[in-house]
Amino acid sequence: MIQAAFWFLAAVSILGALLCITRKNPVASALCLVLTLFGLAGMFVLFDAHFLAVLQIIVYAGAIMVLFLFVIMLLNAGRPGTPGDMRGTAGKITAVVMGGALIAELFALRRLIPADSFRLPAGMVADLTAQRGAVEVVADPLFHAYLVPFEITSLLLLAAVVGAVVLAKRKL
Amino acid sequence: MLLGPALVVSAILFSIGVAGVLLRRNAIIIFMCVELMLNAVNLTFVALAQQLGAEGQVIVFFVMAVAAAEAAVGLAIVIAIYRHRDTLDLQHINLLRG
Repeated sequence: MIQAAFWFLAAVSILGALLCITRKNPVASALCLVLTLFGLAGMFVLFDAHFLAVLQIIVYAGAIMVLFLFVIMLLNAGRPGTPGDMRGTAGKITAVVMGGALIAELFALRRLIPADSFRLPAGMVADLTAQRGAVEVVADPLFHAYLVPFEITSLLLLAAVVGAVVLAKRKL
Repeated sequence: MLLGPALVVSAILFSIGVAGVLLRRNAIIIFMCVELMLNAVNLTFVALAQQLGAEGQVIVFFVMAVAAAEAAVGLAIVIAIYRHRDTLDLQHINLLRG
């Protein structure tokens, strides 16, 4: 059952990704990417990361993709009659060759499995989630071991907000 | 038990993202392909977190925050460039080319 769900979600994600890079219209591309993001959120659930699945939908499919769609519509990028932005034959061949080479490299790396001493007992994260709730599993390391990076992230977001306003504003 | 398949799917998604960056010339679509690559890596982290401890999920949290910041700044840059050059085509945005 879980296997079937996983392969279904994987197929949906890969299909969405392929459509995303081949659609001519940027709006269609963005919506296909949303399909991929939802598939990934489903896969996160299968890997006992319920909180991240919710975050994936709220932050990625919600906030970030809305931002993308908003900019596409603001710049009127998908209007009919615009020439396609695909590269020529040489570019297509390069893209396929480089993508294929990367897949081959990553498949070679797949043989590297983590040592058994690192491995937790099977189902441990699932048990932890059942005991302490989906949020606390992430929140506990986040606010103890990773507290300083968390605070630095808030600075990063502040800088990004200020930077985005400065860059996009016509006149300050 | 699904770790191997998840890494395979992640590798495929990442490679599709790379191919998209090389294939397209529209700046916004290239950004979306970068987001796709970040998501593929997120899948790797989540799949490994199931076996190696929940800290992997915390890293995904940080990746999402950085991706949000990157998208905001990147799209602001796209808007600024569009205002100056009236195009999103990266072939025409070559100010730094020697």
